[in-house]
Amino acid sequence: MLHLFYSSSSFDFPLSLSVETLHVDPKLTSASASFQACQSEKHLGQFYTLPSAHFRPLFPHGLPYRYQQQVKTFNEACFMVRPPALEVISYLKKADYSKPALRYLFYGVKGSGKTMSLCHAVHFCYTQGWVVLHIPDAHLWVKNCKELLPSSYNSARFDQPLQATTWLRNFRTTNEHLLSQIKTKRRYVWTKRESTDEGRPLGELVNQGISRVKSSSDVVGALMKDLRLQSSQPGADFRLVVAVDGVNALWGRSTIKKENKSVDLEELTLIHNLKKLMKNDWTGGAIITTLSQTGSLYTPKSAYLPQELLGETGFDSMDPFIPVSVPNYSEKEFESAYLYYLDRKWLQHPQSRTEDGKKELSFLSSKNPSMLDRICGFL
Amino acid sequence: MAASCVRTVGSFLGKCGNCSSSLNTVTSQLSRQVLSRQICVSTALKKNLAAGGPEKFTVEFIQKQVEEFDIGKRHLANMMGEDPENFTQEDIDRSIAYLFPSGLFEKKARPLMKHPEEIFPKQRAVQWGADGRPFHFLFYTGKQSYYSLMHKLYSKILNIEKHQDRMRAKGLFSQDTKEISLDTSRWLTKEELEVLLVETISSNNYDRFIQLMERLLSMPYCNMEEEFVLHYRRPLEARSKKQMVPVPERDDKGVAFSTSDGRRKTSNSSVVLRDCGSGRITVNGQEYLHYFPVLQDREQLMFPLQFMGLLGRFDLQCTVSGGGRSSQAGALRLAISRALLSFLSEGEQETMRQAGLLTPDPRVRERKKPGQEGARRKFTWKKR
Repeated sequence: MLHLFYSSSSFDFPLSLSVETLHVDPKLTSASASFQACQSEKHLGQFYTLPSAHFRPLFPHGLPYRYQQQVKTFNEACFMVRPPALEVISYLKKADYSKPALRYLFYGVKGSGKTMSLCHAVHFCYTQGWVVLHIPDAHLWVKNCKELLPSSYNSARFDQPLQATTWLRNFRTTNEHLLSQIKTKRRYVWTKRESTDEGRPLGELVNQGISRVKSSSDVVGALMKDLRLQSSQPGADFRLVVAVDGVNALWGRSTIKKENKSVDLEELTLIHNLKKLMKNDWTGGAIITTLSQTGSLYTPKSAYLPQELLGETGFDSMDPFIPVSVPNYSEKEFESAYLYYLDRKWLQHPQSRTEDGKKELSFLSSKNPSMLDRICGFL
Repeated sequence: MAASCVRTVGSFLGKCGNCSSSLNTVTSQLSRQVLSRQICVSTALKKNLAAGGPEKFTVEFIQKQVEEFDIGKRHLANMMGEDPENFTQEDIDRSIAYLFPSGLFEKKARPLMKHPEEIFPKQRAVQWGADGRPFHFLFYTGKQSYYSLMHKLYSKILNIEKHQDRMRAKGLFSQDTKEISLDTSRWLTKEELEVLLVETISSNNYDRFIQLMERLLSMPYCNMEEEFVLHYRRPLEARSKKQMVPVPERDDKGVAFSTSDGRRKTSNSSVVLRDCGSGRITVNGQEYLHYFPVLQDREQLMFPLQFMGLLGRFDLQCTVSGGGRSSQAGALRLAISRALLSFLSEGEQETMRQAGLLTPDPRVRERKKPGQEGARRKFTWKKR
């Protein structure tokens, strides 16, 4: 079911809830058509629900924790249509995929909705049938690593088996229907006895990585290389979207220690392969990323601009990219979010339903989405 | 030893009228007298210094102190490089504070240099002559200056009545003569009257004095004695302060704005409240969500505006320094309420005052006392 919550365009709200819903035929193809219909600018500020058939596979990882809890509470996943995401989606629609991949970067203050915009764009790509390579948080790969093995492929580097296997599992859930169709292009030898031949479906590669934990990071690297090569070819029938949240972790510092010596980022296989992906030397896809200060190491709390968070090296390697700023809610968006909470009966306090209460909420949260969510949490 | 102290102090500043040095000089004089007479006087006739009461300063002594003070003043002016002729008491205070910086908290314990009139308490000169006969006719009442004052006052009343009779006889008697303006002054208190008369009076005496004064003032032609009456009145301090409402100005775009300050504990804040129509807030140049991550502080800022129902109307530009998170929020709240006053009517200002938004919070950190662990917490009590 596709619901559209309308917020009235003018500012004089009737206090009673004026929420209209549109019921649409739930088949996937028509849903994708009407989904596309509601991505235009007319629907700015309105919420649309993700069909649960899409939600489960697409976002096993990658959504902010509070949002996941909200989805569980409300039993539905609603995204708000906001200008940054719409902008990226429009570029994705118009882009020429025979040229090198375009890089998009969402940036903004803490809690302004960068990850959500990323997920919105990823969902769009998913509905278009692209292969989604979604890394939920690159910061998780550079800190709190429990196991570090020397890499089997290149002895100078270190592997992170646990993180790699979890990611592979999630990747499999997301792209299940496509993995059987895509074939490997090269032969990979894992150990003396195990190898994956050319022409095998990618699903086998992924399963190999999940079952053989020791070589999972190498599997990840191989997967990335393969997908990159394949999407670049002119006869490819799929497109690749690489979505990385917290991309500034790739060029920051790490807190992983090996024998009391801090590990350099170049020595981690996962990070190394990801950086290779980030370079736009491949075609037939897009790279969508976000900056994140919350998980980043050794950065001041007030930094949110690309230059501050990416650093010199990061900025140079990401250059050229399309920066998309994600601001706090505008008046209209704020009212829409407020109406949504009212509709879901999330705001229980009697005063929160008044006009004054709305003004108070707007003031206290200063129209920051995450702040609003936190404040409404206990109302 | 006392003598050597006196000599060093004297050489330092040319004998400024310092109380301690005067004490030293007095004791040194006495000790010199004792030393010089030590051969003749026996121990039985040694003076009991405590029985004399408070120290009595002779007139010559006071005069000498005054001369020393003047000389010291000129020396000080020379030292500070200023004009000795026009060296006022304020300049003296400033120079002493500069030359002898003191960290003592009690202001009265710091070094001072004032005219001997202010330092030495006024004492009455000897009231009787060489033959033992007192000068004043009311000496044997015990409170001669008080009773002489009462007599003078009564004679003035009689004068006024005589004047009234004369005017009535001439037919020029009129009730509406010029009244003495008594609004801006108050009567002398009992302590001030005692200081003026240089003798102690009882409360009964004081009441009688005030009654007589009131009687004088009730008569129609009292403006004859206006100067005399005003001598016994002191001006009142600034009357009950009405809250100074900051004046709203208009800046170049025609937007009305008002500025005000606020303080709480050790924080100082200043707020510029603009009447734009957006609800944007900037604190020290940063976003206010970033500066006050805690909800409680933001609620404090919101309260004045929400109370008056003017939430979305104003634009705030705040600067705050000092103190901690909570006191900065409190200081800003006070500043916002004060700035808001200029945009409100009288009744609304009154409601704000009643809500306690305009009262500066007097609570400051209490001092830690010796013998205790904190301001109130005592050390652990051990029975043995």
